[in-house]
Amino acid sequence: MEKDFEILDHTADVGIIAYGADLKQAFANAAKGLFSLITELDDVEEVLYRDIELTTSDEESLLVAWLNELVYRFDTEGVLFKRFDITQLGDTRLKARSYGEKVDSSRHSLKTGVKGATYHMLKVDKTDGFRVQVLFDI
Amino acid sequence: MAAHWKEIVRKIDDYRWEIPTSYKAGMTVPGLIFASESMLGHIWEEHAFEQVANVAFLPGIVGHSLAMPDIHWGYGFPIGGVAATRVRDGVVSPGGVGFDINCGVRLVRTNLTEDEVRPKIEQLVNQLFVDIPSGLGSEGKIRVKEKELEEVMVRGSRWAMEKGYGLPEDIIVTEESGSMKGANPDKVSNKARKRGIPQLGTLGSGNHFLEVGVVDELYDAEAAKAMGIEALGQVLLLIHTGSRGFGHQICTDYVALLGEAVKRYGISLPDRQLACAPVSSPEGRDYLAAMSCAANYAWANRQFILHWARESFAKVFGKSQQELGMRQVYDVCHNIAKLEEYKINGKKEQLCVHRKGATRAFPAGHPDVPEIYRSVGQPVLIPGDMGRYSYVALGTEAAMKETFGSTCHGAGRVQSRAAAKRSLRGADVARALADRGITVKAGSLASLAEEASEAYKDVTEVVDITHKAGISFKVARTKPVGVVKG
Repeated sequence: MEKDFEILDHTADVGIIAYGADLKQAFANAAKGLFSLITELDDVEEVLYRDIELTTSDEESLLVAWLNELVYRFDTEGVLFKRFDITQLGDTRLKARSYGEKVDSSRHSLKTGVKGATYHMLKVDKTDGFRVQVLFDI
Repeated sequence: MAAHWKEIVRKIDDYRWEIPTSYKAGMTVPGLIFASESMLGHIWEEHAFEQVANVAFLPGIVGHSLAMPDIHWGYGFPIGGVAATRVRDGVVSPGGVGFDINCGVRLVRTNLTEDEVRPKIEQLVNQLFVDIPSGLGSEGKIRVKEKELEEVMVRGSRWAMEKGYGLPEDIIVTEESGSMKGANPDKVSNKARKRGIPQLGTLGSGNHFLEVGVVDELYDAEAAKAMGIEALGQVLLLIHTGSRGFGHQICTDYVALLGEAVKRYGISLPDRQLACAPVSSPEGRDYLAAMSCAANYAWANRQFILHWARESFAKVFGKSQQELGMRQVYDVCHNIAKLEEYKINGKKEQLCVHRKGATRAFPAGHPDVPEIYRSVGQPVLIPGDMGRYSYVALGTEAAMKETFGSTCHGAGRVQSRAAAKRSLRGADVARALADRGITVKAGSLASLAEEASEAYKDVTEVVDITHKAGISFKVARTKPVGVVKG
């Protein structure tokens, strides 16, 4: 796979199309895409991790809930994540460990604020490789 | 899908274009776009027609699925969209309000003139930047406790005022008097509370700003006078922000919850972001109770910011508050759902009016217009982009009949943020603004490029359409001299 994710242009907001050899990787790359909107990922070190467990009613909701949980962690704890290890992913359940560090204004420049992930144009596609698409309100 | 918008819309007049229900199976009412012919091509290209049509699927929608001239492609609802649903058998949709619940604008007059402010504009902008926390990840100077946050949720700007931030007269000239009824903190998640506590009293990032502007056109001198806008060259202050992470989380929570409700109530929707529930259902009522908490948080937020802005002006100009005359003109929200009464087919009907990037525009004589404006109408505040103009307008009778008392809310984007960043650099944008006599202070240069004038429609064109269509009337125009961006 050449790219982990692409930025999707939208007039008011920004979307991500993420790829992976399996769905876990596509979900992880969507999260990486999210944090690439917020900061320069190269400047982020892996000094801490957070465990996340989620249950929703379907796969698409799981993608939205996963990304919204990360937005929430960033907003309340100031943690920038750069690597995502999704250990379990079913139709309705996700378990992941995410690595990163707290914002340090001397080393990190913050770019775009993300208000949340939406269900608009949401796609979880498993027909030709694994590909997920999500639009954020920014 | 038809090949061209001209094959779809029916021209009503130069400013009104109807999308018939035949455009898309499932629409229960037609769409109505307020725009000039030259704007429609862009609106079509970015799929905003589709979104206007999708909103027309909502159960219980009445009249038209409306789009103001600043319409642009949103998620679910278009930005610049208005949809009214019957309370008795219609739905409420959190996506029809958006993430930034009660994002809105507050306008403040001053006794200062352009000649007094120009020489000190850099100092003023820097002082505002220091006194009012802004930018991504910023935290407020005030830190409320959990119990106090509940007071904010219920009492809004009145709570902030009683804590010493602002004046009783500020509350009178705030939509809903700064505290929406029906707010119930029990319906707000712990997550929203955790995001809300540190962010109270912050401007935020993105398109939020403070703008010091100078009056450069007066269209209705009498109405302007009623608002304390007396002369060309007078300096005004605009505050544009909302409910921060608190509102974002409430939207996130309820879009997910109502996404499940949609299945329970057997509602079929063309876009999952339109998730909704009957207004009168437990889920619908809970959303409105939580949304009202966020609306009140946003009013308190703008109340804190107004107070600090008054202090900044006093420091920079060495004048007392009385000398500065910084009276609040009005405060409007442009992302909200409200229960309002309208006549439908001659009968009074209680409606849930969703305004997503649209401003309430009530006419003279309406009981919800503060007494001091009762004879002229409700002030409508329409910020433009940071390089052109902002407008003050008035609500009208026509808006009550056609748009459920609503008009446009701003310029509306035409260029994506990514495209703006590709074609413009923040530093160049700042320099171009400086050449036009506008001093800008921004937390991040990237955000400056995203918000460049070029990324927006010309607000003058937008406001002229609402004026000519009669859904709001122009009162005054300001041009910016100083801007603080998050």
